[in-house]
Amino acid sequence: MKNQLLSRRQALKLSAGTVAATGLGLYAPAVISSDPITLRYLGTAVSMGDEVQKKLFEDTGLKVKFIAVTTDEVTKRVLTQPNSFDIVDTEYFSLPKLVPSGNILGMDTKRIKEWDNVTSIFTKGITPKGKKVGLQGTAPSKVMYLEGSTGKSFAGDVTQYATLIPTIYNADTLGIRPDLIGRPITSWAELLNPEFKGKAATLNIPSIGIMDAAMVVEAMGEYKYPDKGNMTKSEIDLTMKIFTEAKKSGQFRAFWTDFNESVNLMASGEVVIQSMWSPAITAVKSQGKDCIYQPLKEGYRAWAAGFALPKTTKGKKADAVYEFVNWYLSGWVGAYLNRQGYYSAVLPTAKQYMSEDEWGFWMEGKAAKGDIVSPTGAKLASAGEKRDGGSYEDRMGGVACWNATMDENKYMVRKWNEMVAA
Amino acid sequence: MQFSLGKIKPHVGWLALPFALVFFAYFVLPLVLTIIVSFWDYTDYAIIPDLIFDNYIYIFEGCLSNEGGLCLTFKTYLSTFFFCFFTWLITLVLGFCVAYFLAFYVNSIPLQVCLFLVCTIPFWTSNVIRMVSWIPLLGRNGLVNEFFLSLGIIDQPIEWLLYSSFSVILALVHLYTLFMIVPIFNSMIRIDRSIVEAAYDAGASHRQIIFNIIIPLSKTGIIIGSIFVVTVVMGDFLTIGIMGGQQLASVGKIINTEMNYLQFPGAAANAVILLIITIFIIYVMTKFIDIRKEL
Repeated sequence: MKNQLLSRRQALKLSAGTVAATGLGLYAPAVISSDPITLRYLGTAVSMGDEVQKKLFEDTGLKVKFIAVTTDEVTKRVLTQPNSFDIVDTEYFSLPKLVPSGNILGMDTKRIKEWDNVTSIFTKGITPKGKKVGLQGTAPSKVMYLEGSTGKSFAGDVTQYATLIPTIYNADTLGIRPDLIGRPITSWAELLNPEFKGKAATLNIPSIGIMDAAMVVEAMGEYKYPDKGNMTKSEIDLTMKIFTEAKKSGQFRAFWTDFNESVNLMASGEVVIQSMWSPAITAVKSQGKDCIYQPLKEGYRAWAAGFALPKTTKGKKADAVYEFVNWYLSGWVGAYLNRQGYYSAVLPTAKQYMSEDEWGFWMEGKAAKGDIVSPTGAKLASAGEKRDGGSYEDRMGGVACWNATMDENKYMVRKWNEMVAA
Repeated sequence: MQFSLGKIKPHVGWLALPFALVFFAYFVLPLVLTIIVSFWDYTDYAIIPDLIFDNYIYIFEGCLSNEGGLCLTFKTYLSTFFFCFFTWLITLVLGFCVAYFLAFYVNSIPLQVCLFLVCTIPFWTSNVIRMVSWIPLLGRNGLVNEFFLSLGIIDQPIEWLLYSSFSVILALVHLYTLFMIVPIFNSMIRIDRSIVEAAYDAGASHRQIIFNIIIPLSKTGIIIGSIFVVTVVMGDFLTIGIMGGQQLASVGKIINTEMNYLQFPGAAANAVILLIITIFIIYVMTKFIDIRKEL
């Protein structure tokens, strides 16, 4: 996938000349004087196609160069090479590692035009209609603000400086093969149901895997965590004990670390129920296999990402970063993300760029009136179909916990390794 | 081909300089750094220069008390040794047979080259693609299971074909047999044919020729091939990870996980221990031959 992106990016370079000729004259804003500024964009770039770069250049005259790496690698780079990029797109759960290093600056919310319209899930921890969102784990609303632009600790109150300007987020759950299961699935506890012995899977990424494990343990009624995202040592022991026993009895067909592995496991029928990410569901479906991103009664595990400014980006480059972020939130990208099944941070602007039918399907849980297509033109749903999990309110309102970095992270990783070795 | 270092004229010694520099910059220096960092302290977001033994103590925590079975480190090494031993044994037998065939039964050089190329086929695709393609072959609904089902040999798909120790060793053998073939072939091709003929004329059986002549004279190749296979498998985490369904432990995977969680000093300490153990294995192997003399 990454190779494809690269080659398309190279193709874009060739066409950039023609775009510049038509685009620059009409749209060039004041910041851009003569040569276009290229921002080095560090992130996983899961959601960013070339259309985004093209549209960005048309609208603002800015260029971005993607440095696409894995989530863990993003964290490593911010800590070890903060001058190798101009803007970073990272996850909220990495912040407890990033902020104390002082390598990222707080972003001035006064310079973000749409800041007041950023969804209240980030700023207040409630959905737009006022439903309280589960705040266990590293919930964005808990790590949203810094005391000052160079603060090294999180602020308790609302301040002028945001750690990350939210870009993309979603609610994750279990994926299932309804055709191979043949009955309704309603609880996380089903992951360890002996009925699916040898046909279940989870991910071998400890920090996310343990959250899914905690959802399962709680659903089984074994234990109720005060905070799944920040377990004590004995809670980690308890969680891992249950999973180790399940693993020893052959419950899991495999663990996966790579997105494509999860797609293969599911599409081949090796696995019928597993922890999964939403684009993986789409990938399985595009192979003609029935696959559902199953809403469960205990709720979702959510994640969120956003933009941060490294301390080394200054002056004109920093201005360009703010311009880029403002453009990102102005609607076109939001619609682009929503069409892939993710959610955008500023909903009203994204709505302007989506048709009524698209908005109804993706955000309001309504049945599609016509075909629903992805930004690349692949058909995702036909008329009459509804989105798994329903509306934005239902899905985000049903969030139980967020991806997290625990205080006992080191112990957790060790216990996880012990489970793998068991 | 037989010369010793002592015979090299002193004034051409500088020819070794470029390689020595590369060796120093990309091997000695990183290794020294790894050893130094293994004594440092660390937090979630920083590594702190220090001289502590905590990282090593942490690795062997619970290993002496033996409470609740083996500790993580012993279990992991046991699992790694297991894969290492069987991969070594199978690649050795296979590699020896293939090399023997290539050296003694294929007489035309173009054909030998051609067959060598065939041996490199496993390396023509990327690691990930190769791993993924095992699923349609060995999976629950894969070709092998369907074949056995259709013959009526089994009535349930065999589960242990994929994501098991079997599939891990299969994939490792598939990958690394070439590392055995090349050095063993290289040794065999230099065996003087007249010795074999003399043995034959003196009435030695086929078996006696292999065990008393070919094997002793290919010992160098066997040991070099063994060193390749053992070092590669000891550090492997990709193949064991993917083919074992991430459910089987390997030392490499533990180091990989620690790196991902920015626990560099912990990973460095683990790497140093892995290095010591691997070097020890190689040391024992080289006791069987004097490589410098044999080359």
